[in-house]
Amino acid sequence: MNDFIDALEKAASLIVHLDAELREIVFVSLGVSLTASLFAFTIGVPLGTALAICHIRGRGALIVIVNALLGLPPVVVGLAIYLLLSRSGPLGSLGILFTPMAMVIAQTILCMPIVIALVHRMMADAWGNYGDAFLVDGASRPRAALSLMCIARDGMLTAFLAAFGRAISEVGAIIIVGGNVKDYTRTMTTAIALETSKGELSFALALGIILVILSMTVSATSFILGHALTGRWNLRRSQGRPQT
Amino acid sequence: MKRWFNPIRTLAVIVLVALGSQAWAQDNSIVVASTTSTQDSGLFDYLLPIVKQKTGVEVKVLAQGTGQALDTARRGDADVVFVHAKSAEEKFLAEGFGVKRYPVMYNDFVIIGPKDDPAGIKGKDVTTALQTIKAKAAPFVSRGDRSGTHIAELKLWQQAGVDIAKDHGPWYKEIGQGMGAALNMASASNAYVLSDRGTWLAFKNRGDLAVLVEGDKRLFNQYGVMLVNPAKNPTVKKEAGQRFIDWLISPEGQAAIAGYKVDGQQLFYPNANDPKA
Repeated sequence: MNDFIDALEKAASLIVHLDAELREIVFVSLGVSLTASLFAFTIGVPLGTALAICHIRGRGALIVIVNALLGLPPVVVGLAIYLLLSRSGPLGSLGILFTPMAMVIAQTILCMPIVIALVHRMMADAWGNYGDAFLVDGASRPRAALSLMCIARDGMLTAFLAAFGRAISEVGAIIIVGGNVKDYTRTMTTAIALETSKGELSFALALGIILVILSMTVSATSFILGHALTGRWNLRRSQGRPQT
Repeated sequence: MKRWFNPIRTLAVIVLVALGSQAWAQDNSIVVASTTSTQDSGLFDYLLPIVKQKTGVEVKVLAQGTGQALDTARRGDADVVFVHAKSAEEKFLAEGFGVKRYPVMYNDFVIIGPKDDPAGIKGKDVTTALQTIKAKAAPFVSRGDRSGTHIAELKLWQQAGVDIAKDHGPWYKEIGQGMGAALNMASASNAYVLSDRGTWLAFKNRGDLAVLVEGDKRLFNQYGVMLVNPAKNPTVKKEAGQRFIDWLISPEGQAAIAGYKVDGQQLFYPNANDPKA
């Protein structure tokens, strides 16, 4: 148990002293993972919605593929992005391997299936409940979809948080494409891997504790933000609720 | 119903974020593919701020095994390689991927094992020690990752007359991970392991492990540095890369390397002026 107590003490001391190196690592972690989950969210929501309400050929197959991709191993994504972005790979001229940009790309790809799958499930339900009503009212399909997204916004928040959760906790992909370069591409998770390999186990665990605190902070912020927005939206919705 | 989703605002946020990421991507620094031992021992944490101050070159270190580091350089993803497996480095040069190899420094390997030494190898020479470990089937952790340390270990087995690729049992654990991971595993399972002295000295999770075999000259561990050939990879930053190399082998750089100590013990011995190293 000593290791755990030691880790708690170290975590507390790191936070209290606002350790400069820790700040940099937290900044990179949050920057990369928030950007990636935001990208995944922005691309994934329309795709998930389209998958739910557009009756295209091969939709069943697409849904199966997206659900299968939920289990995409980060190392495989990392390796594929590495080979693409390597100087001798097809996108090598961009010169972004071992940069935060490469990490954002890898995590966006990892998070996208989560957003698409969750949004698809939610929108499929919402469409089943309200879709016909909107169409009968004369709303166009995109217009109806937009309104449905508002109705399902709590679920959207969950989709975003799930994407962020995957990004911030992931180490396999970013350690390959980012290279764990100090003060540049070192994140919470890659730092934990490094400290473990240095035998600094309690320090590594301390970083893990801080990672959990960070994750909770983001979740709480989104929850509060979501609540604030819900209040406002409820007001708006009561003025403009579709007459069914 | 008002639109809560403002496309223009959303687009602006995305563009800003993308620009921010672009700013990150810009750099005027070099990428050095190196080994886990130079990072895990803390040498780079100590050395790089000095390099930045003296030469203006900002060094980004990728800590990989020697095999992976050379492969990263072959693909053109690094400007300089700083590794420790002379045979692999010479092959890299012969293939035309490197410009010139400069010896930089050495440290040595040690055989680490449980303090109570169940196989009884303490103080023996390295080949006898390995033969004893094999004869007693004492647990041994091998890096198994084509790193410089792994290559050195295989060579030592060969010198001990053991064909380890064919002739090993469950006592020989190839873990395919870095030096620190190997030491962690040895510490948790009271196994023997070959480590470079630098990583061992900086390693904090020792448990019941101790140095059992050292000082044999076959345990010598030479580090070399090479600029990746700009003729093969035009994106190599040869000017900054060469400046880094020149500083490492200069009297000033060599003195800095000699000055790195953990618990008062010197970890690396500069020898850039030894042409045979």
